[in-house]
Amino acid sequence: MSQTLLQKVWDAHTVRKLPNGQTQLFVGLHLIHEVTTPQAFDMLRARGWRVRFPERTIATVDHIVPTRDQRRPFLDVMAEDMFAALERNCRDEGIRLFDMSTGSQGIVHVIGPEMGLTQPGMTIACGDSHTSTHGALGAVAFGIGTSQVRDVLASQCLAMDPLRVRRIRVRGRLARGVYAKDVILEIIRRLGVKGGVGYAYEYAGDTVERMSMDERMTICNMSIEGGARVGYVNPDQATFDYLRGRRFAPQGDDFEKACRWWSGMASDANASYDDEVELDAASIRPTVTWGINPGQSVYVDEPLPSPTTAQGSDRAAIDEALDFMGLTAGSRIRGTRIDVAFVGSCTNGRLSDLREAAKVVRGRHVAPHVRALVVPGSQPVRLAAEREGLDRVFIDAGFDWRGAGCSMCLAMNPDKLEGREICASSSNRNFKGRQGSPTGRTLLMSPAMVAAAAVAGEVVDIREFVNGD
Amino acid sequence: MAIERIRHVGGRALPLRGDNIDTDRIIPARFLRSITFEGLEQHLFEDDRKQLEAAGHRHPLDEPRYAGASILLANANFGCGSSREHAPQAIRRHGIRAVVAESFSEIFFGNSVALGMPCVTANAATLSALMQMVESQPATEVAIDLDQMTVAAAGATHVIALPAAARESFLDGTWDATGLLLDRFEDVEAVAKKLPYVAGWR
Repeated sequence: MSQTLLQKVWDAHTVRKLPNGQTQLFVGLHLIHEVTTPQAFDMLRARGWRVRFPERTIATVDHIVPTRDQRRPFLDVMAEDMFAALERNCRDEGIRLFDMSTGSQGIVHVIGPEMGLTQPGMTIACGDSHTSTHGALGAVAFGIGTSQVRDVLASQCLAMDPLRVRRIRVRGRLARGVYAKDVILEIIRRLGVKGGVGYAYEYAGDTVERMSMDERMTICNMSIEGGARVGYVNPDQATFDYLRGRRFAPQGDDFEKACRWWSGMASDANASYDDEVELDAASIRPTVTWGINPGQSVYVDEPLPSPTTAQGSDRAAIDEALDFMGLTAGSRIRGTRIDVAFVGSCTNGRLSDLREAAKVVRGRHVAPHVRALVVPGSQPVRLAAEREGLDRVFIDAGFDWRGAGCSMCLAMNPDKLEGREICASSSNRNFKGRQGSPTGRTLLMSPAMVAAAAVAGEVVDIREFVNGD
Repeated sequence: MAIERIRHVGGRALPLRGDNIDTDRIIPARFLRSITFEGLEQHLFEDDRKQLEAAGHRHPLDEPRYAGASILLANANFGCGSSREHAPQAIRRHGIRAVVAESFSEIFFGNSVALGMPCVTANAATLSALMQMVESQPATEVAIDLDQMTVAAAGATHVIALPAAARESFLDGTWDATGLLLDRFEDVEAVAKKLPYVAGWR
């Protein structure tokens, strides 16, 4: 029988049907970080339980780490407390922790694939909604809450409801200046921020097949912004080439055996889907969000929507968003003055993202009124970028070159917007207050667009900004 | 864990209008800087509340007429965004025992089940009627019945929905899943042994 990857992975990891009809699903890889786990370990201890598969649990520290001075103890006492709790819990339970001293620390969704921990056909859970990122390698990966982290620590399992699968086929060539980030923003705009609830998104089509693993990660990362808890791309040669030789990937003869198993987990050619959507890649233009959810976006050269032409609850939503953002209906997002530029996050903090941003700023300088920072997604990303001299390019252009972490994507460390500042950001969420100031404003866009905005001091159309390539 | 069966939730309600209310708004990230969930309720919707106050308005949470409400009424895609369990924790610790909305984000829904806080859905017309009723008469008692799958207020009864598995967990008191997942641990080990990436490549 023909099956999708989701069905195959689901079946291979099913322990049993629970009395309430849910599936008890085995979790192949449990990733943990400092924010959503201390309470889970406490709950575990309160019940006298231990971690059952400590070797299938991997920890890092990302959300609260400062990016300027990462020496311990952190100056921020609460951040230090959270880090210390994670260290203690990992030590007590025999869990491997990739902290700064290992050279492998970074955003959990960057280091998983980077070290080859993330592999096709796995189930992966993490107390973080952007766990969908790992689907880029053909894993079924999803975010969970703290009580569910407790469940996985105690049993390596979760009680799950079945998911439907929507295949999203993107076909054709992307125009110059249009990136994976624009593709996923287009998908979210088209299908809505709640369109994916109850679905896993399977991203397919020749556009996705041509994408690098980094680009696929950007797409899968923001599945959750479209409401889909799971997003994946079928594993193919590009996936295998990416994994070969990575630290935790199968080595030697095992690698070929693994490739055979991984290939077998991909969706069958004639698998049936609960829903199908097609997108023309060539029609996508550089995209910028203008509102307070990631579905509120426009092409950079398109007018902002007007509440007067919208219906019912949409009208109220547009009104609220324009009011919060201080933008005018019908105006253009291009030309919007920015205060801060942020390149980084689990969406766009990988080496290829830094390269694209560096290409734009090379030989130019950040506008005098703009605060600009680059936060690599991991220590290895930072090191690789430095080997290529990208740090010099950014520093010479007036950017801050920082240590690895989540940083200004959600501002749990000192990197924050102040007051009503507007930030051109390569991150994933433009929710009210997301970047640390309750009244701060976020414009989501590709890293190249962020870099261009930093230089121009305002939102620009990357296609006009860079001549040739 | 003591088994707590949840069949009925009743009390006054708090209407919170708007679609796509995300978990960053429910509990801003800066309040996640702690190793416990204690005291989170003090910061529930803090930024929204302050901004409304500064603009001369009042957030429903700050309106005395809704004080002590145990049921939250919301619109579509409630709890979207970050997976932080801090959001349903803050709501629950504020005293809310159940949420009725047009729809929920999946992660928020699952987190709430694990806390024993039913999140039931009703259609837009029902929510609109309930919200209007509560706004005009805040003392209205709202009653959720997971057995009959209804929500009743001021003599009117409306249909609600809840996935069968979640409903079952509340009715039989198994919403805290850990015990259940540990019940047949030999089955877990059997699955692990069949997975080549766990057991070794063959």
